[in-house]
Amino acid sequence: MAFNINVNGSAHSVDVDGDTPLLWVLRDVLGMTGTKFGCGMALCGACTVHVDGVATRSCITTIDSIGKSQITTIEAIGTTAVGATIQKAWLDHEVVQCGYCQSGQIMSASALLASNPHPTDADIDDAMSGNICRCGTYVRIREAIKLAAQSNGKGG
Amino acid sequence: MHLDRIASRTADTHLSRRNFLAASAAVGGGLMLSLGLPFGRSEAAHSDGFAPNAFIRIGSDGQIVLTMPYVEMGQGTYTAIPMLIAEELEVGLTQVRLEHAPPNEKLYANPLLGVQATGNSNAMRGAWKPLREAGATARMMLVAAAAKQWGVDPNACRAQDGEVIHTASGRRPKYGELAGEAVNMPVPQNVTLKSPDDFKLIGTPAKRLDAPAKVNGTAVYGIDARPPGVKVATLAQSPAFGGRLKSLDGTATMAVKGVRQIVQLDDTVAVVADHMGAAKKGLEALKIEWDDGPHATLATEEIARELEQATLGAGALAQNIGDADKAMEGAVTKVEATYQVPFLAHATMEPMNCTVHFRKDECEIWIGSQAVARIQAMAAEAAGLPTDKVIVHNHLIGGGFGRRLEADGAVRAVEIAKHVGGPVKVVWTREEDIQHDMYRPYWFDRISAGLDDQGKPVAWKNRFAGSSVIARWLPPFFKNGLDTDSTEGAIDLLYDLPNFHVEYVRVEPPGIPTAFWRSVGPSHNVFVTESFIDELAAAAKQDAVAYRRALLDNSPRAKAVLDLAAEKADWGQSLPKGSGRGVSLQSVFGSYMAQVAEVEVSKDGTVHLRRVVCAIDCGTAVNPNTVQAQIQSGIIFGATAALYGEITLKNGRIEQTNFDTYQMLRMNEAPAIEVHIVKSTEQPGGMGETGTSAIVPAIANAIFAATGKRLRKMPADASVLKQPA
Repeated sequence: MAFNINVNGSAHSVDVDGDTPLLWVLRDVLGMTGTKFGCGMALCGACTVHVDGVATRSCITTIDSIGKSQITTIEAIGTTAVGATIQKAWLDHEVVQCGYCQSGQIMSASALLASNPHPTDADIDDAMSGNICRCGTYVRIREAIKLAAQSNGKGG
Repeated sequence: MHLDRIASRTADTHLSRRNFLAASAAVGGGLMLSLGLPFGRSEAAHSDGFAPNAFIRIGSDGQIVLTMPYVEMGQGTYTAIPMLIAEELEVGLTQVRLEHAPPNEKLYANPLLGVQATGNSNAMRGAWKPLREAGATARMMLVAAAAKQWGVDPNACRAQDGEVIHTASGRRPKYGELAGEAVNMPVPQNVTLKSPDDFKLIGTPAKRLDAPAKVNGTAVYGIDARPPGVKVATLAQSPAFGGRLKSLDGTATMAVKGVRQIVQLDDTVAVVADHMGAAKKGLEALKIEWDDGPHATLATEEIARELEQATLGAGALAQNIGDADKAMEGAVTKVEATYQVPFLAHATMEPMNCTVHFRKDECEIWIGSQAVARIQAMAAEAAGLPTDKVIVHNHLIGGGFGRRLEADGAVRAVEIAKHVGGPVKVVWTREEDIQHDMYRPYWFDRISAGLDDQGKPVAWKNRFAGSSVIARWLPPFFKNGLDTDSTEGAIDLLYDLPNFHVEYVRVEPPGIPTAFWRSVGPSHNVFVTESFIDELAAAAKQDAVAYRRALLDNSPRAKAVLDLAAEKADWGQSLPKGSGRGVSLQSVFGSYMAQVAEVEVSKDGTVHLRRVVCAIDCGTAVNPNTVQAQIQSGIIFGATAALYGEITLKNGRIEQTNFDTYQMLRMNEAPAIEVHIVKSTEQPGGMGETGTSAIVPAIANAIFAATGKRLRKMPADASVLKQPA
């Protein structure tokens, strides 16, 4: 059946089975490839999007569970203040390597900062441990989140 | 893998060629420099004496485009390589753009590999001199063009920031305006390269050029390719290596909405659908019976036993110094051990994938590859087409680590695409990716040493057995039972070892395919040698750093990094009970590195890696920012292997499936990492893999310091380290 979903402020109608994971609707049906496939079991975080602002693994989120929720993906996170701050911190701190997991990392980090503007190391561990980076950019991700939190504090 | 020595052995004939550069008019206007990298092994180089394999175009618009065979897989090559040209050409880094080279083994052979591939941490090592020379050549030709136009002495002009400046007249045209005329200038036969003191870019931290697209979702990896009309397929390959499809019932699959087709091969089934969600659901609905084939009962233990047996026989002599047997007889103390390292999967974050459009007389491929010419050649074979009828579009790579030096995925995708009308993207599930990887080999080492009355090693013997990846991947480079990758880190040790004997026994395990894996040979050898030297220090009742240091009189660069790491890591200062520091020292991939790891071992045997201090002498650090990033990366990669990494076989199949059973180090486990770079003007060494091989023994040695337990089999096993209740 057809499902009407709202992604990055735009309405879309997609005709797929109700148990289809949101990840594949985004990537293969809507052609928004910024959200990545990593494991299919919510073990790696590469597919993280925001559903009503909450970091969510799109690979296990079925399309019939979305309803009227607002979905935000990496393609639009830069239009939010906190998303733009995170992206800038990522660039200033030279976080990325292969970059494949970074969409998910940025989505998790921006959800963290949106709900907790000044996270402690333990808060960062809690929010980010679900996102695997095989290039091992963890040290820089942690620093970049702290950098973003600082500029947050200055209203940046 | 470490093929420098091979390359240097075959290089002499090509080095004698004088002219490695040619100039011509660029298509669309401007100056084109064609550049022959000096170690090129291409056939073209033999036939006419000049085989360009890199191209620099200075357009009339001033844009400088470099076409290079190296690929970006996260290691920062696309940022560091342009620095070499920009430095000598006197332009800003942002003016140089790097483009993927199309597949062409003859044109783009990697100077240190002899084939078109990015691996062996050698992009920078291959490019270091020739690309700076090319930049200087272009600069001199642009200056000559300006001087001729004005009728002045070229020495009265200088190049700066993309302009040629004539100080006396104040004229300063941009390169773009001069590029067309520069084509007519003679190519200078001798260029003088800048002294390191005058470097403006090299040695300064440069921002990655590929970063912006990687933070906003616009970067396009192989898995993101979407040619018009593309379908998505996912596959199940025979769970047991060498097995075959016995029977298949696809009734339920074809009823899944969005499923279009089931493709059946001898040992694989693929479900083609409108999207991956339907393909996966369709695959799960398949009723498949497999014939497990000849390896139906194969288990890791069987392979390990075979390797162990092999170390009792004779191997190929990798290196001999003095007389180790005789010296062993006279030794006061003897230390003997066996070591084992497991099979490992790559688990790149981007699962294996390949998009293929198979047409009657040609085949188009979209993929992210470290070895695009290999993809083209092997895909052509699978497609039954001539090589030039296979068009390969290379993409960004979501993690390589050696996995994407292989063409098995492309071959499989072509086999499937042959049965599909229109383009099909074949995407491996994570489970398929882990269970049908090509694995870092299992190795078994039998090692012994004799110490004199001062505890100094007077004899060192090592015989190890395992797969040779080179023998399959680059067969001509496996000679007399040896290849340089398998022995890298086991021979040519930094230490003064007067009686030294090392043998390698090539044993190919049944069933399971092996492949390069970040740092490959050294990932095994450095673990063994640096753990064993630690055992010798313990047997001699000496400090692990002091013991090593006393054996380094002939290795000043190694001694310097060891001292630096020890000092920065507070070596010798006390730690709480249950914690310990371990050191490692290596010279692989052309770089010297020392690491000190600090671990805490819980009562239940869990190892927590708290801090890693690394000192590196990689010669000239072209982009120190990338050097630091690569070390951080290599350490996390190696620590993951040391703490968790193990692929095991049972009943002919891999037991691990996803990130729950093949664990990765995560944010909450990541150590603090300090990187100290030794200032140097030496030729750059490799950086992509060194951090990985050094961390494994540093962790094992730290665990020994913390618990008194010596780990001779990786990964760390909590049940071994657990304290009695």
